[in-house]
Amino acid sequence: MRKGNVMTATQPAAAPGTEVAEQPGATPAPSAGRKPGGDARETLYFALRNPKVVIGSVVVLAFLLLGLLGPLFLRFAPMDYAGPPMAPPSADFPFGTTTFGQDVFAQFVAGLRSTFLVGLLGGGVAAVIGMTIGFVAGYRGGMIDELLNMLTNVVLVIPGFVVLIIINAYLGVRSVPMQALYIGVFSWPWVARAVRAQTLSLRSRDFIDLARLSGVGVGTILRREVAPNMYSYLFMTFVLLFGGSILTAASLDFIGLGPTNAMSLGLMMNQAVQWSALHLGLWWWFIPPGLGITLIVGSLYIMNVGLDEVFNPKLREM
Amino acid sequence: MLTLDALDKVYKTGTFGTSDLHAVRQVSLDVQRGEVVSLIGESGSGKSTIGKMVLHLLDSTGGSITFDGRDVTRLGFRARRDYYRKVQGVFQDPFSSFNPIFKVDRTFETLRRSYFPRVSGAAWRQKLEEALGAVTLEPGDILGKFPHQLSGGQLQRLLIARALLLDIELLVADEIISMLDASTRIDVLNLLGELKSRGLGILFVTHDLSLGNYVSDRVVILYKGRVVERGATSAVFDDPLHPYTRDLLASVPHLDRTWEEVEAEESRRSARLAGRCLFHEALAAQGRSLGEEAAAGSASGTADDVGLVEHAPGHFVGCFRKAADEECPAG
Repeated sequence: MRKGNVMTATQPAAAPGTEVAEQPGATPAPSAGRKPGGDARETLYFALRNPKVVIGSVVVLAFLLLGLLGPLFLRFAPMDYAGPPMAPPSADFPFGTTTFGQDVFAQFVAGLRSTFLVGLLGGGVAAVIGMTIGFVAGYRGGMIDELLNMLTNVVLVIPGFVVLIIINAYLGVRSVPMQALYIGVFSWPWVARAVRAQTLSLRSRDFIDLARLSGVGVGTILRREVAPNMYSYLFMTFVLLFGGSILTAASLDFIGLGPTNAMSLGLMMNQAVQWSALHLGLWWWFIPPGLGITLIVGSLYIMNVGLDEVFNPKLREM
Repeated sequence: MLTLDALDKVYKTGTFGTSDLHAVRQVSLDVQRGEVVSLIGESGSGKSTIGKMVLHLLDSTGGSITFDGRDVTRLGFRARRDYYRKVQGVFQDPFSSFNPIFKVDRTFETLRRSYFPRVSGAAWRQKLEEALGAVTLEPGDILGKFPHQLSGGQLQRLLIARALLLDIELLVADEIISMLDASTRIDVLNLLGELKSRGLGILFVTHDLSLGNYVSDRVVILYKGRVVERGATSAVFDDPLHPYTRDLLASVPHLDRTWEEVEAEESRRSARLAGRCLFHEALAAQGRSLGEEAAAGSASGTADDVGLVEHAPGHFVGCFRKAADEECPAG
C-alpha cells in the first residue's frame, strides 16, 4: 500500500514514453478507436494488475472453492462421531476432533458453505433494498424522498436483532436461506441512508444535468452516471453487509436460534465455547472458524481498497 | 423563437416549507434566431435558474416558456427528448460537466445512444470529428482521454461540440467563459459569434458586463430575480436608466475613458433621474389617459410592480426600486 502511494506521487515526473510502455492495455484504445466493451476490458486489466484485488480475490475464491468442492473429498459428515474425542490435528483429522469426536474439518467445510450463503444472500438482499431506496430517494427528492426516508428511519429504529430473535423463535424458521433473508430485510437502512447522501451530492453535479440534456431516463442516469461513481463504495457496502450478515447469523446461532439442519462457522465457534474448548485448550476447534470468518471478511476489505484504485482512474498507479 | 412570459420560480424554505423564496420573479424575455441575448446579473440574481428552467432541469413555478410557438412549460419525458434535439446547454464548470471516472468520449457516446442509435460507427466518427473541428480541437489529442487530463478550455469546447452534434437552434450558455483564461476565452467567444451567424439563438448567462457587451445583441439585466432593464445592448449600455444598471455600469473600468469622465456622466444622469421612477411615471401617464381611478390603482398597485415599461423603442425598464420589497424611490 505504501509503495503504491509513493508510485502515484512520483509518476508524473517520469517521462511520458515509459508511461505508455507500462500500460499496453490502455494505449490501444485512443489510437485504434473505441471498441464496444473497451472500458470493461480495461477495468479488468487494471483489476488484474492490482495486487490488493488479486490477493483478496484469491483468498476469498480459495475459501469458496473449499466450501464448494470440499465435501466431495470428505469421509465423514459434519455431525458424525468419527474419531477419538478431543484429538489434535493429525493426518486423519487435519483440524482435529471435537469433544464428541466429530471431524472439525468436515464441520469447517460445511460451515463455509452456509457462511457464504448467509453472507451472499443476506448481504445481497440488504444491498438491493438499500441501494434501490437510496438511489431513488436521493435522485428524485421531494415527496418520494420524504416517504422513503420515513420508511428507512422506521426500519432503522426497529431493534432488528430482537425482531430476528422473535421471528426465528416464533415462526421456527431454521433453514440457512430463510435466516439470511430475514437478516437482509433488517440490515439495509444504513445502506439506504448512505447511498441517498452520496446520490444527493452527485445529483447536483453538472454531468448529471448533461446526461438529462442527452434525453436519457432516470434509470439510465442512475445506472450509467451515478452508480459508477460509487462502485467502490457500493462494493464496500456489500462487503460490510456480507460480514455483518455472517456475524449476525453467528450471534443467532449462539443463542440457539441457528439452523437446525446445517452447520455454520458461527455455530462451530459457539459450540466450542459451550463445551469449554477455550479452557480445555482445544484451539483447533475454535481457531479455524474464527480465522475463516476473519480471512474472508478481511480479504473482501483489502479487495475493496484495491478496487477503489481500479474504478477511480485518479488513484491508479500509472 | 424562445419566449419566456412572467416566469416564476419559488422555493419553499424554512420548517415545513413555511416561507417562500422568490428566486425568479415574473421574468419575461425572448430570444430570436441568430441572436445572442445576455442575461446579466450578480450571483443569486436568478440568471442560472432561468437558464436551468429553459433547459427543463428545474421546474418553473409559474408563467410560461414558449419555443417556436409551442408551449414547453411542462413536458413529458418524450416531449423533453424532442425538445433537447433543438435546445442544448453548456455549463459553467467544465470539470464537473464530465463524469470524472470515464473518458470524455463517453459523453458523446451517451448522446449517440440516445439520439443516433442507427448511425454507423464510421459515420459517427466523422460527424464527431467535424464537430470537434468546428471548435478547433484535434480529435486525436482529445478522444480517449480522461477529463482530468484535459484543460478547462478544451473541456468547455468539447461541451460546445457536443451541443453541435445535435442540430440545435438554441444554446443556453451558462457562464461558459468565466472558467477560461484569456487566450481560450476569445476562441470560445468567436465560436459563439460564428454559431450566431449560422442562425443559432444563444441565451448567454453571465455576470461579466464587458462580455455581455461584446457578444450580445440584446441584454437583460437581472437583480434579485427581477428584470430591472432590458433592451438592445447599445441602448442599455449607452443610456442605462435603472439605478442598479447605472451602478453596475459605473463600476466597470473603461479603456477609452478616465474614471473622472465616467463619474461625471453618471452623476449627471443620477441628478436627472434622482427621486424619479420612469416605470411609475409611464404608468401614471398611461393611467391618466384611462382615467383618475386607474391612475390611483396602478400608482399604488403591487401586481404591476414587477412589470416593465417601454421607455424608448425596444428599451424596457422596471420600477426603480432595487429589491422587490423596497419602496419605489418616487414614493
